[in-house]
Amino acid sequence: MPEPTGVIHDIGYQRYTGPRLGRRQVFGALYLHGVRTVFGLGRSAKAKIFPWLVVGIVVMVAAAVTAISSQIGQRVMTYAQFADSMSWLVIFFVAVAAPELVSRDLRSGVLPLYFSRPLPRADYPLAKLLALATGLWLLLGAPQLVMFFGAAFTSDGMGAVWDELLDLLPGLLYAGLWAGIFASVGLLVAALTGKRAFAAGGIVAVFLMTTPIVGTLTILPSETVNQLAGLASPSTLVQGIGIWAMRDQIVTSLDGGGPDLGPFGPVYALAAVALIAACVALLLARYRKVAAR
Amino acid sequence: MTLIATESLTKVYGGGVTALSELTVAVEPGVVGLVGANGAGKSTLIKLLLGLLTPTAGRIQVLGLDPSTDAAQVRARVGYMPEHDCLPPDLSAAELVTHLGRMSGLPRTVARERASEALRHVGLHEERHRPVGGYSTGMKQRVKLAQALVHDPDLLLLDEPTNGLDPAGRDAMLALVHRIGNEFGISVLVCSHLLGEVERICDTLVAIEGGRLLRADHIAAMTSATDVLAVEVSEGTDALATRLAALDLPVSRDGRLLLVPLADQGTYDLILGAVAELDLPLHRLDQRRHRVAELFAARESSHA
Repeated sequence: MPEPTGVIHDIGYQRYTGPRLGRRQVFGALYLHGVRTVFGLGRSAKAKIFPWLVVGIVVMVAAAVTAISSQIGQRVMTYAQFADSMSWLVIFFVAVAAPELVSRDLRSGVLPLYFSRPLPRADYPLAKLLALATGLWLLLGAPQLVMFFGAAFTSDGMGAVWDELLDLLPGLLYAGLWAGIFASVGLLVAALTGKRAFAAGGIVAVFLMTTPIVGTLTILPSETVNQLAGLASPSTLVQGIGIWAMRDQIVTSLDGGGPDLGPFGPVYALAAVALIAACVALLLARYRKVAAR
Repeated sequence: MTLIATESLTKVYGGGVTALSELTVAVEPGVVGLVGANGAGKSTLIKLLLGLLTPTAGRIQVLGLDPSTDAAQVRARVGYMPEHDCLPPDLSAAELVTHLGRMSGLPRTVARERASEALRHVGLHEERHRPVGGYSTGMKQRVKLAQALVHDPDLLLLDEPTNGLDPAGRDAMLALVHRIGNEFGISVLVCSHLLGEVERICDTLVAIEGGRLLRADHIAAMTSATDVLAVEVSEGTDALATRLAALDLPVSRDGRLLLVPLADQGTYDLILGAVAELDLPLHRLDQRRHRVAELFAARESSHA
């Protein structure tokens, strides 16, 4: 509260008797701080360049898709397909955001300052993970909203808007899947090193280097191996689940298209759950070790 | 109330390294000095106090709470200043301390207010809005102290707060710690491997060596009744020594100085009388407090 006078009094040290917030609010504060960090908010101008460049690209692509769709009068790509086609951008976004969230803290040695405070050890990595997943989901979801509003305003009648909405919701869910997988894998890799460049390189490597493995597996002379090939890389794993769970949203070309999963759709879903669980478990183990140092 | 109490506290690390062994100590609130050489177990004790490590055996209590079961409650009331560099270079001191205040459970606006208050108390004013990366070592140490202070703890744990500071910086930091302990009403545990530094500001001193307790007591108890008078004459030191010995004073030599235990005010008169009789040029005569280091040295040699 501002004092009515312009004089500065040295009032000495004042004890604090006000409220102290509990674990939930502290977790929330750390989470929000993380989401802001993902987009470079509250950071230097340099830290804002890359995140907002990516955001600019995806929104512009969405706007372009919307504009073309309304011009030619038919859908260019579905919401889920949009998420798929942006996946390579998501990889680079994770490669920048995840080290920013965790590697920086590892390097500067600030973690003892967190772990000497009341929040439980697991809260720090979980809040960061949730923040990264939220950031990725916003990155993929916001352009879908742009597409939705574009389509909604150019369509005629409430029925069309409702159909559009029914298409949007699976798209947002699919974006959530992308976000969950990419955030947990990316954050785990970034938490292993305090060097941001190494972390970024490691993340890109994990996501891109696994693609050739998938390619190799799909040309092996065994149908089962071909159908399970997608499990080898996070990106194809996500696409596999999409094909299994919402085929009409992912595959729109008339000749079928997309990899054939055979009967293994549920395996892909289980693999995704297992992957996220394993990443979270390893992340927590990693921070148990870091905290004891 | 007991500030910190341990009972047969033992910590053995995974590799079989014993960091603390059978440590039993109880200290009262105030400024407590924890001294010991590097590797004596000081940092391990701090981590046990914070509940970051669990004791292998024995019990530990901080502010009446057990950090191994009530870690969150203990940490809410304790502020910790680590020994090593722990400040992200690209954040400003104000941002960092505010954020850490929120992590301690302060509401947003309170955190901001208390952060600038804490930084003001440690002597950082306008520079608090600049990135920490450009700070001097002294300023960084102050920021580390401010973040430990931001949530108004009841106990501060300071691990080597004078590390890397020049003599003037050390004096300033020690004065600050002394002020926190005496004016702010916050108890302080100061870890240091430099005994001479800590003894200047502590009420209580705990000395550990190789994970074992060497001695724990009030500074006053350690230094009282051990005061000596140091006499220095420009010439005739031997003659004066003989003369004082003849007066039944247990005199001892320390280089050019003669040391005489101070029994009462009469000791002054006896010495001055002897100097005057021998007509020696008196260079100085002053009361010297036994430095605590000498006490430990004497104790260790008597053990050996």
